[in-house]
Amino acid sequence: MAQEQLLVVPGRYKEIKRICEFVAAGAADAGFDAKTIFHLELCCDEASTNIIEHAYGEEGVGDIAISYAVDDDDFTIVLRDTGQAFDPGNVPPPPAIGGGGVDVGTERDSGESRHDDLADQMRIGGLGLHFIRNLMDEVTYTADRRHGNQLVMVKKLQKDGDQ
Amino acid sequence: MAESLVDIQVEDLKRVELVRVSGRIDSSNAAEFDRVLKEVAGRKHNVVLELSGVEYISSAGLRAIVALWRECQKHRGDVLLASPSERVVEVLTLAGLNTVFKTFDSETAAVGSF
Repeated sequence: MAQEQLLVVPGRYKEIKRICEFVAAGAADAGFDAKTIFHLELCCDEASTNIIEHAYGEEGVGDIAISYAVDDDDFTIVLRDTGQAFDPGNVPPPPAIGGGGVDVGTERDSGESRHDDLADQMRIGGLGLHFIRNLMDEVTYTADRRHGNQLVMVKKLQKDGDQ
Repeated sequence: MAESLVDIQVEDLKRVELVRVSGRIDSSNAAEFDRVLKEVAGRKHNVVLELSGVEYISSAGLRAIVALWRECQKHRGDVLLASPSERVVEVLTLAGLNTVFKTFDSETAAVGSF
């Protein structure tokens, strides 16, 4: 079992690329293909963005600690912050995305309501969480005052023949 | 000012705004991307986004594109995508937006379709 790798960065948007590169390097070592590595980067990006925007409320308020570890079956990513509790599980999926795609309306809808619906569904946080829920195999969130917030995202390792 | 990860070039054509985007679009530069697209929508409501050079895009970048689309549609215009990269197509598909945008193999074909 590989040792846990840890990176701590200030909660700033410019650090997101560094977070992605850190996780991508570990995911490549774990044997994931390019597409899955992109998925993992995307999930870490969206989770980090949510930490800055929702847990801390703005840039420069606190740190983001991101770690990953590999065992026989799983690639486990953990993001920690000390901001306000923000449970992704309490955020409903964007209404129409939950049904398999963004509903941009039908021909009989007025143009205005159609566009407003789509804009509502694209609000910050919801779409990123939709990506995380769809791309990771397991997602759990815990929050307590002593240890802060912790988002655990697990991706099953690809075995021979997996895609 | 931090170095931007994205390169955005705008060409103001006769009937269409052609926007060539390459690099990485994430939360660190989505506001810059959004600002440029808003300027574009302020000039014309028919826009072609050439996205073959986009190596990475997150939901933050996607929101800017949807905001542009929304503004153009309000004015009976449209946003067409020219040769979107594999990553762009994947993120659009994840969001269920791949059927919202008309996609063309080249910017010439997209511009010519208006």
